[in-house]
Amino acid sequence: MKNIRSQISMVFHLDKCIGCHTCSIACKNIWTDRKGAEYMWWNNVETKPGTGYPSKWENQDAYKGGWEKNGDSLELKGAGKLKGLKTLFHNTHMPTMDNYYEPWNYQYSKLLDSPEMDDQPTAEAVSMITGEKMTPKSGPNWDDDLSGSPIYARNDVNMKDLSPSEKETMFQLERMVMFYLPRICNHCLNPACVAACPSGAFYKRGEDGIVLVNQKQCRGWRMCITACPHKKVYYNWNTGKSEKCILCYPRLETGQVPACMHSCVGRIRYLGVMLYDADRIKEIASCEEKDLLKKQLEIYLDPNDPEVIAAAKACGIADSTIDSAQKSPVWKYVKEWGIALPLHPEFRTLPNLFYVMPLLPAMAQINDDNNYHTASSALWDDMKNPRLPLKYLASIFSAGDVNIVGKILEKLMTVRLHRRAVTVGDLNQNEVNTAMLASGLTPEQADGIYRLTSLARLEERFVIPPAHREEAIEMIEETHIHKGNTGFGFMDRPKRGL
Amino acid sequence: MNGIILFAVLPYIALFSLLLGSIYRYTYSGFQVSSLSSQFLESKQLYFGSRPFHWGIIFIFFGHLTAFLTPRAILAWNKVPLRLYILEITAFAFGIMLLTGLVLLIVRRFKTKRLYEVTSKMDVLVYIILLVQVITGLWIAYFFRWGSSWFAMVLTPYVRSVFAFNPDIIAVVQLPLMVRIHIVSAFIMIGIIPFTRFMHFLVYPFAYLWRPYQLVIWNYKKQRN
Ligand code: HEM
Ligand code: SF4
Ligand code: SF4
Repeated sequence: MKNIRSQISMVFHLDKCIGCHTCSIACKNIWTDRKGAEYMWWNNVETKPGTGYPSKWENQDAYKGGWEKNGDSLELKGAGKLKGLKTLFHNTHMPTMDNYYEPWNYQYSKLLDSPEMDDQPTAEAVSMITGEKMTPKSGPNWDDDLSGSPIYARNDVNMKDLSPSEKETMFQLERMVMFYLPRICNHCLNPACVAACPSGAFYKRGEDGIVLVNQKQCRGWRMCITACPHKKVYYNWNTGKSEKCILCYPRLETGQVPACMHSCVGRIRYLGVMLYDADRIKEIASCEEKDLLKKQLEIYLDPNDPEVIAAAKACGIADSTIDSAQKSPVWKYVKEWGIALPLHPEFRTLPNLFYVMPLLPAMAQINDDNNYHTASSALWDDMKNPRLPLKYLASIFSAGDVNIVGKILEKLMTVRLHRRAVTVGDLNQNEVNTAMLASGLTPEQADGIYRLTSLARLEERFVIPPAHREEAIEMIEETHIHKGNTGFGFMDRPKRGL
Repeated sequence: MNGIILFAVLPYIALFSLLLGSIYRYTYSGFQVSSLSSQFLESKQLYFGSRPFHWGIIFIFFGHLTAFLTPRAILAWNKVPLRLYILEITAFAFGIMLLTGLVLLIVRRFKTKRLYEVTSKMDVLVYIILLVQVITGLWIAYFFRWGSSWFAMVLTPYVRSVFAFNPDIIAVVQLPLMVRIHIVSAFIMIGIIPFTRFMHFLVYPFAYLWRPYQLVIWNYKKQRN
């Protein structure tokens, strides 16, 4: 029988991200505003093309993150049993603070405490590590909006497959494009961080698939930092332990939306349950690179299929979880409509955060009168000559498969054409029908995409399954005893050891 | 009198402290046990310090362990002079490697501003005790030859007598000063393991070798395969 598990998954709709960093700030305020964690951004927003945070994190030739296929077997690139235990004393490929940035603060108190002087007092930047004055030279979003710049955009790792002329056209002033890429931990199905941890401190929660670090068991061997290809595990230099995004599990367990998603100004974020077949993880993670994406998408099972429902129940998945899976916006985007892709499937961690690619930077082109194209046929033509090379998007979202990227952009464009025909009514219906045919969408689907993309309310965007913590607690102790303890009294302070 | 305190009482204090201290530390402050890596703040110098230091100390540690456990095998090996030289020179080379690594680590600590923030008093104690240990060790190896042989004959019986709870200190108290320092500082080192960063090698992750790579923990169900 299938081994069905449920996974909290996410969709980020990049066409809607305005790059405001509200998500990052919401997360920082709750989780990482502490000594040793100042430099951590469990949620960060990058400008693409650009180098990101930590700088050039996608370059696994340097960082050695993720898995690699070795014949029939799958091995961690920069960690693992032998490789890891040999390099505990000095972790060969681990990034240092300089790959992220040195956190700083300003001496605001100087402004208030300063005696009267001829000149105004200044609040100089001081390092949050050493306390010494410093000149900040990089930060968590230092490349913000700088996609034309020689240091950031031109060093984007995803540019490696583009021809020199393609690269040059990308940087011509009038063709310059950019979009934002918000990133959190992908809570992968085949997490490299879990596999790399020699102490067994990392684990994936069975019920919802959230990947966590047990702070009591972490011994600071920091193999996870190297192993995570997304560089979403962070080393707390003060406590000597690793930390990472916890998908706000205390909020999820109480039915609240994770902070980054709740605060998202562009409402680009969706969260829901996906059911998957855990027995296929290994087979899929070690398949040929060209099949990776297709196969990963196959692992998710249709929550409306009676067979799947029966099997899921047999595996102990709660009815409420199956119900959430049926309403999951992630299922719709990823499987029903097929317009969301995971980030860098070639790292073979089977990530559970999917992205709807940005259409506007790829398509919007100025015509001879210095206006954007609005006529449908011209728009459709632009599909064949996109401003952002499809190869570039394919390098980020589909392990290089240009076809699937093109197909998705076609679908997104079809939704626009269809809605324009409906609301403005100035388009030739034949043209819209041709687009429908070409992209394979039905008008109902196009309406569904439109609705979930632009009108959906909070409870449609976030379908959180009840956590049933009470059942877990009942197994350990009487609920009336537990009631008095919840949340208090048992935490160790995150203190540095001797 | 001093001899009794240093060689008949101190070893038991050290072992007691190691045993109870590490159990206590492990059980009651599991959160704190960590390698306290500082690689995130400084990586390059650590490479040149940490690797030779650790490989050196691990070799030397197992060397000592072998001498304690199988003195006869060592003596048998040393019967042929060439084999004795090979053993002594290898051990000395590892000792030098260890010392070099240690010095580089200490220099690194004091040269790098960022590391001040993560250097505790206990770290300084660790450096001092290791320096004493390594320097006296190399001194003994150089001036009192051939250690691997007389160690097996003089020290192994003493250490065994300690473990038999019947310490026989007659031979040890007559050893040269450097040797006595080496022994006493070894006891101190053992005793402070639970209260310093030495704790990290007690939690060496052997279990990783036979654990499956992926780890799934269920909150309220027994895990299904
Ligand atoms: C058994 C295997 C051992 C492992 C896996 C191990 C691992 C480590 C690691 C990961 C660090 C942190 C390095 C960093 O800053 O990134 C470290 C530091 C250190 N270890 Fe070990 N260690 C081992 C054995 C030992 C032994 C036997 C000793 C001494 C008796 C020792 C003494 C030290 C010292 C003094 C440091 C601090 C180095 C510094 O930061 O200057 N280690 N070790
Ligand atoms: S993205 Fe998250 S789950 Fe995946 S390997 Fe990195 S830290 Fe682990
Ligand atoms: S809050 Fe939303 S819109 Fe703003 S940067 Fe984050 S993901 Fe983008």
